[in-house]
Amino acid sequence: MIPLRYVLLLSEALFCAGVYGMLTRRNAIGLLLAIELMLNAAALNFVVFSRAYGHVQGQAFALFIIALAACEAVVGLAIILRLSRTANTINADSVNLLKG
Amino acid sequence: MPHADVIAFIAFLLASAAVVAGAVWVVTLTNLFRAALSLGLVLLGVAMLFLLLKAEFLALVQVLIYVGAILTLVVFAIMLTAKLHDGPTGPRSRARVPAAIVSVGLFGLLAAVTAPLRWPEAPAAEAVTIAGLGQQLVTTLVLPFEVVSLVFVAALVGAVALATAGKK
Repeated sequence: MIPLRYVLLLSEALFCAGVYGMLTRRNAIGLLLAIELMLNAAALNFVVFSRAYGHVQGQAFALFIIALAACEAVVGLAIILRLSRTANTINADSVNLLKG
Repeated sequence: MPHADVIAFIAFLLASAAVVAGAVWVVTLTNLFRAALSLGLVLLGVAMLFLLLKAEFLALVQVLIYVGAILTLVVFAIMLTAKLHDGPTGPRSRARVPAAIVSVGLFGLLAAVTAPLRWPEAPAAEAVTIAGLGQQLVTTLVLPFEVVSLVFVAALVGAVALATAGKK
């Protein structure tokens, strides 16, 4: 069996890559991609602990993560497409319509 | 079975190499389309890890939903907004060096905290079966399951409303 520690390290690396993407990307779609990385790291953690302790609920929650990631991608991309039509930009920095 | 263990470990190393390389490409490539394809590599690597961790159903779901649906959607969105990617709005990424310091530091911190931990040995845990997973979903986890379906409906209605807003 694969040692738990290595998989944990891998998921930490995946999460930190996502953090880097969140901090550096300006494009809203790029931000979405970084969020997907972080969600995958969380799902991987759930699955590895579910395997190590033979617990079903870890896998069930990984399933919920995948389902919620699908919702998030759908709504996020709808917002981005709408933004590209109304504001004519998908740069997350230049969207300041709601700024006081 | 040492041979099976060695093969599993080599497969684990290959999958982790794919995941790490893909993750770095996702956040560093300037071409968003290529970044999306690298995300596909990451997702397939994670699906392979799920297989190695004996979560076959999740690996299947990962490939079907993530690679099949979400990634296709992202690629569609990238193509539909392609003309906006090279806007006159300055550089495509910002504050690379501080962001790299923060994320590498965070990784170092997480690794330093979790590496010395000794997890209690579970007594030869059995692999989780699909039947067990399905049973949990309709008994103990029925509330989160139903909440997720509610969220799906809300997301669907919201996406349709957003996409058609302003049209008569």
